[in-house]
Amino acid sequence: MALDIAFWILAVVSVFAALAVVLLRNIFRAALSMMVCFLMVAGLYATLGADLLAVVQVIIYIGAISILIILSIMFTRDVWQASSSSVVGLPAIVASVLFGGVVIFLTLNSRWQTAAPAAPQPTTSSLGASLFGQAGYALPLEISAGLLLAAVIGAMVLVREK
Amino acid sequence: MTVGLQHYVVLSAILFSIGLYGTLGRRNAIVVLMGIELMLNAANISLVAFSRYLTPPALTGQVFALFVIVVAAAEAAVALAIIMTIYRNRRTIEVDKIDLMKW
Repeated sequence: MALDIAFWILAVVSVFAALAVVLLRNIFRAALSMMVCFLMVAGLYATLGADLLAVVQVIIYIGAISILIILSIMFTRDVWQASSSSVVGLPAIVASVLFGGVVIFLTLNSRWQTAAPAAPQPTTSSLGASLFGQAGYALPLEISAGLLLAAVIGAMVLVREK
Repeated sequence: MTVGLQHYVVLSAILFSIGLYGTLGRRNAIVVLMGIELMLNAANISLVAFSRYLTPPALTGQVFALFVIVVAAAEAAVALAIIMTIYRNRRTIEVDKIDLMKW
């Protein structure tokens, strides 16, 4: 089935890209492989039938956040290679492997009440209805607008030359 | 074997663990931030997969994923501003050298 093949390709590529993000010595290459990982996650959203989220992922993560990260890597250029070794090498590896192992074990051993997935519908109009509708998420939407405004003003105040 | 909910949740756990290692184990503050973004992405995959396989008509998981993306964008902007301010003042962005408030 085409969706299964797409899932396996996206999953393998995204795991390798994520490994490259945390293991590569060159931070610029790490940022580029982070963009690859975000693109694969957008593809995973598409295989899950979340069309709007896939587009939002490409626009915000690849278009905005990655560019912001690459820009700040270029601003802090002379400390690129200095970040080679890790602060707490072995404890970090143990903690992350332990966490991943526990979550995978619990996932494989719990009985999910999965419903049969329906054929994917366009989700944009129903997402908009649940965001702006009567019994929806209008208040969190307004709060997130305030959060974005506060973040923009805070970032500008922080990086302003005194 | 057809791909189901467990595949997506296991993939999300793997990506989260990789991001956790990047956050805990690397020195460069920008790599730490990239690890955090990886973890947020992994959580989003779980949310969308649960929304597709557990509650198919309701799109609650996708709405939550949208809010997570919004908060991640705000967090990235503020975190990178903090990193650039620290770099301007102390000429380093290595997290073990930023020990001004360490007792």
